[in-house]
Amino acid sequence: MGQLKVIDGGGEVAVTTRLSDLLQWARKWSLFQYPFVTACCGMEFMATAAPRYDIARFGAEAPRFSPRQSDVLWVVGTISQRQGPAVRRIWEQMADPKWVIAFGTCASCGGFYDNYTTIPGVDKVIPVDVYIPGCPPRPEAVLDALMLLQDKIQANDRKPIIVPPRLVPERAPGRTREGNS
Amino acid sequence: MSQAVVERLTAHFGERVLETSDAFGDHEVVVAIKDWAEVAQFMKDDSDLQMDHFIDLTAVDYPERESSRFDLLLMTRSSVTGARIRLRTYVKDGEEPGTLSGIWSGANWAEREVWDMFGIKFNGHPDMRRILLYDEFVGHPLRKDYPIDKAQPLVPYREVSDIDKLPPFGIEEGQPFARIDWESRLAGGDNQVSPAIGVQQGQRRTLSDSEAAQQIQARIKARMAQESAEGEASEDSAEEGSGQ
Repeated sequence: MGQLKVIDGGGEVAVTTRLSDLLQWARKWSLFQYPFVTACCGMEFMATAAPRYDIARFGAEAPRFSPRQSDVLWVVGTISQRQGPAVRRIWEQMADPKWVIAFGTCASCGGFYDNYTTIPGVDKVIPVDVYIPGCPPRPEAVLDALMLLQDKIQANDRKPIIVPPRLVPERAPGRTREGNS
Repeated sequence: MSQAVVERLTAHFGERVLETSDAFGDHEVVVAIKDWAEVAQFMKDDSDLQMDHFIDLTAVDYPERESSRFDLLLMTRSSVTGARIRLRTYVKDGEEPGTLSGIWSGANWAEREVWDMFGIKFNGHPDMRRILLYDEFVGHPLRKDYPIDKAQPLVPYREVSDIDKLPPFGIEEGQPFARIDWESRLAGGDNQVSPAIGVQQGQRRTLSDSEAAQQIQARIKARMAQESAEGEASEDSAEEGSGQ
């Protein structure tokens, strides 16, 4: 949370912050998601939602299959031109504040479908907050994206952002051939 | 087996079978467009052939060919004898071959797809609509003269130039297959748009005719060399550490 001020009154302690910070804190830990799953990336989305990676740890476990009840639109997979009106309308039905995550290369930029069939990135139709690269991205990247989105919500920052690649474990600092140093 | 089908068709139709061929065991019979549906009906009904399995129907576009622009191809098989045969005919632009949807009902959607992609209509088809694309689409995209970059969006694209967004997926973001507006990236501009839009707006060039592409490749090579040098250095230090 943003600025915290602890007031120690002897036996009782109070913590103050700004109302907007508290509001954003509450929002970022209770993201109701709307999965718009169209293609193979959906398998990785399921893996992320399943217990091994467990997206519930981040307060985003509740899928809502009505856009009116959801906060985050996950665009998972290729969006064809024919689907453009549908995804646009779903986004319009969502209540503010709302966020959009483009899951995978196809949703982000069209991927290799560079032709008449496919929208070259769902951001051509609706604004996107977080892009997840990968074909498909691993669940770790998806969780990174969710944490990035939480940071953005807390900071009230609507600038689009890309999930950066993680370091290769063997090359990560502090690792040797024998393992962690 | 399949050869017998060719012989049977040749015996029955005589001169109306224009060509036969046998490339690597794929037997093919070429007929004129007026005989198209009749030959198919015969293959289905004849007690020797019994071609009861409709596999596929597709077309090939030869825009440079003057006699007739399209090849129409029917792949069919007999579940009784196991024979396979390919039936081919030549279709001029605007000509309408007879429908096969009354013979094999599977041909219904296949003919709609051929109409959608190539613009060949089928005479007598019960429901000659587009099947994959939308009604608003103009043209037929698998014709060779359809522009390769032409998209026909149903929803107007947002104005992307003024929104403050990062470029999607360049090599620096770990996507080595990305298609990038190289020039603007090198010039420091981050207002990259998608490849298809870039072409429509005249911003995008192919990778090969761009010197910027070579510069980027050289930069990546240098960075990789530097990384591998650093990696070796850290490995050396690790070995020293374990030796102590």
